Amino acid sequence: MAQNGVSQGADTHKNMILAEGVVKTFGQGEHMVTALDNVSVTIRQNEFFTLLGPSGCGKTTLLRLIAGFDLPDRGNILLDGQEIGHLPPYKRPVNTVFQNYALFPHMSVARNIGFGLEMQGRPAKEISEATDRMLALVQMEHLADRQTDQLSGGQQQRVALARALAPHPKVLLLDEPLSALDLKLRKEMQIELKRLQHETGITFVFVTHDQEEALTMSDRIAVMSAGDILQVGPPKEIYNNPARRFVADFIGDINILEADLTSGDTQATLPGGARINAILPNSWAPTGRVNVAIRPEDMALTQPGADNAALHGTVQNIVYFGSGHNVHVALDSGLDIIVRCAGTSHEVGALVGITLPDAVQVLVD
Amino acid sequence: MAKPDTAPRSTAPRPKMKNLRKQPGFDTMAWACLVFLYAPIIVLIIFSFNDNRSVVLWTEFSFRWYTAAFENEGIRKATMVSLKVAGVATVFATIFATMAALATTRNPPFKGQALVYAIINQPLMVPEIVTAVATLAFFSIIKQLTGINGIGYLMLAHTVFCVPFAYMPIRARLEDMNLTLEQAAADLYATPVQVFRKVTLPLMAPGIVAGAMLAFVVSLDDVIITLLVGGPGETTLPIYILGQIRRGITPEINAVSTLLLVLSVVLVSLFFFLGNRKK
Amino acid sequence: MTQSSFITPAQQAESDAKLAAAKAQTDADARRRRLQLLSPSVLLIGIFGLFPLTITLIYSFLSPGSYGGVTWEFSTNAYVQFLFEADIFDDTLSFSTTYLSIFSRSIGLALVATVGALIIGFPTAYFIASKRPEQRNFWLFLITLPFWTNLLIRTYAILLIIRDEGIINLGLMGVGITDKPIGILYTDFAVFMGLIYSYLPFMVLPLYASLEKLDFRLVEAAYDLYASRFQVLRHIIIPMAKPGIVAGCILVFIPGLGAYITPELLGGGKDLMIGNLIALQFGGSRNWPFGSAAALILMVVVMLSLIVYVRHAGKGGASHG
Repeated sequence: MAQNGVSQGADTHKNMILAEGVVKTFGQGEHMVTALDNVSVTIRQNEFFTLLGPSGCGKTTLLRLIAGFDLPDRGNILLDGQEIGHLPPYKRPVNTVFQNYALFPHMSVARNIGFGLEMQGRPAKEISEATDRMLALVQMEHLADRQTDQLSGGQQQRVALARALAPHPKVLLLDEPLSALDLKLRKEMQIELKRLQHETGITFVFVTHDQEEALTMSDRIAVMSAGDILQVGPPKEIYNNPARRFVADFIGDINILEADLTSGDTQATLPGGARINAILPNSWAPTGRVNVAIRPEDMALTQPGADNAALHGTVQNIVYFGSGHNVHVALDSGLDIIVRCAGTSHEVGALVGITLPDAVQVLVD
Repeated sequence: MAKPDTAPRSTAPRPKMKNLRKQPGFDTMAWACLVFLYAPIIVLIIFSFNDNRSVVLWTEFSFRWYTAAFENEGIRKATMVSLKVAGVATVFATIFATMAALATTRNPPFKGQALVYAIINQPLMVPEIVTAVATLAFFSIIKQLTGINGIGYLMLAHTVFCVPFAYMPIRARLEDMNLTLEQAAADLYATPVQVFRKVTLPLMAPGIVAGAMLAFVVSLDDVIITLLVGGPGETTLPIYILGQIRRGITPEINAVSTLLLVLSVVLVSLFFFLGNRKK
Repeated sequence: MTQSSFITPAQQAESDAKLAAAKAQTDADARRRRLQLLSPSVLLIGIFGLFPLTITLIYSFLSPGSYGGVTWEFSTNAYVQFLFEADIFDDTLSFSTTYLSIFSRSIGLALVATVGALIIGFPTAYFIASKRPEQRNFWLFLITLPFWTNLLIRTYAILLIIRDEGIINLGLMGVGITDKPIGILYTDFAVFMGLIYSYLPFMVLPLYASLEKLDFRLVEAAYDLYASRFQVLRHIIIPMAKPGIVAGCILVFIPGLGAYITPELLGGGKDLMIGNLIALQFGGSRNWPFGSAAALILMVVVMLSLIVYVRHAGKGGASHG
């Protein structure tokens, strides 16, 4: 199944959402802003798909186009093989969990949850059964008759989820639903969301700017910037093999070094002369000066001059962050890099050697 | 930033610097302002319960003038006219204002929106006496052309100046209401009509009630436009009171005035607390 | 990146057409809804609020009818009459200040009342703004409540206490300050007091709106830089409250200028203001063209004040963000 970040099993899943060549602009003339610039993406059935990016990158716009709150300027949006880009929201089998939950303040919890089915004109019995089932699913049975303004943030969150899941949509859209919760509750809800997705088997499209949240929950992540999707892949691939410089920078701490690559060579030459295996992004064969990315935890400190020390430098600063230390090292070549270690016997000003991983990722700018 | 205790040490501590926000005499002035606003009204209310005919010296507590007011044919008739005019004006003004508020908050912005605001608020910007004579002149032409007379003209004139008063709280309410609630309803398969009935209307209801109450109070209190536009037999309560005051002060008028005052205060207080509770 | 394998050109054309149709439909719906929703109030106020003003303009250039109304004969008499007096015997015109003085008296009274309201209103608004938020609302309620009650009755209440037999005079005589009533009622002072009383809330509310936004850290910073209380008031608080001061003054001046009830009841009818002069022409005096002309002149004065206001509000808004 999709839960374990299966990356290349496309043929076992049919496509649920196909967006192709989607363009969306806001405003006119001088004030025109391009929110989505020719975006194409495929979201598979039953996967937890995350749109990740900084604010203003277009992730929420894409979500709103799928929900039907805005119409695209150009492009196609297909849901389960059907063209839906032109339909109003109430004609799309897609439901949304809003950032501020948007619970109806004049209705009880139960009526909020049953609202979608009520609007679809389902029989009362079916509505009440489905409502009960949903209340149980999000463990809110005891609060069915409450008004929504008497609920805590976490409880409102659960009601919003239950309300959006009750009509059993083909796709559930979640617009930064956890951003208003405190850290502890957010962690709980992350696990809860994964469980709900697993139990309901509904495709989740999740929007967030929090890279950790995206890595924790997603089957696949699309990293967005400035109206464009830069890279799509499972969390591990995004983290370990960022294809673009923006992706590498945006997710986690990373060192970006310049290296030289000659044509047909599988190894890059780092400043100082060390040679290392280079992982190239798909179908791209650069030569000459390139950027390579190395995670701080993939390197280690060693004695200067040791056999495995590929780089040398001076310790500039040691920053403690609880589960380890970030050691800032000024390389002999003049660059500053960060090496992460559990503990360290080195002191500021000490000369150190640095070991490298087996291979480094080459980045597209 | 600069708390008193971080102030330069060289200046001797001054005890009156305790509350830096205060300005000398301002508190006294505020309380005086309150007394100024309420004292005349309170004196009026107190003397409406005075048994004495002369309206000068307090003698004994009594409901005598209230009874007299209720039995007064002129007051009864004027009250009915007032309620009729205010009722009709309130209903139409509230409906029109609600529609206009929906158009200016629940629709994309459009060219000429500023002009629409200006037109709706026009009755607030022109001095009432000017509106009154202009309306009188216009109606006299219509009356000459059509030969139709009646209280409808007065109701129409009231509806016009009630619209902006009803519009204000309804628009404020709609602007406070988050659009995502309506989007959420549409997302949950509600058609535009259902969205309006199930979400927009129930949520804007307090604003509509507030608007209707303001319109009612404003219509009930109007003097100048009614005085000029109203024909014979279309005497509203304020016009009746004005006529009585011109003739000489009677304690009955104190009683009626008190009642009208209390009605306005109750309605406006309701409006205030309704608005506050919802925030 | 784009691989169009799953959509044929024909499908593409069809979906483009659907999208265009959906957009056109949305726009058309919005336009239609706007038209339907706005036309009742815009037509109502346009026809019965705005249009009558042009009729007033037309009337001011006609001749008076003998029993009110007008006769459709062009005449500039209404405006001539404003400045000149016709001799009863030979119709020669001589300059007359009768109506000009009514206008200047009205403007003067409205101005003085505006200043009076500012002197009372500013400390009050400042006092409310420096209260805790939950107390502020209640104070605002107390200040605005009288505004929503009947202006006629409030004016009548003032009349009750300032007349010769009212409690002010009785009180003064009671403690022996004077042995006969000091005549307050039917004086300019009574009108001045009535105007302040009527429109004070209009002064307090915009002042409060400005002062409420005042960042008190600026006041603290001024004290920190050796400013005295009066200097703080003069150099920090009043400049910051300027938009509110301008708005409040306009809001008191305009209705004060056109006041009818206050001078009618408290001025006793002997010293007219513009409002009474206009009303008189449509009542007993029956000179509709002259009344229309006076109403238009009043409108012009009001519009000029509004222009001053808009200019100032624009500047104030810009300098305070």
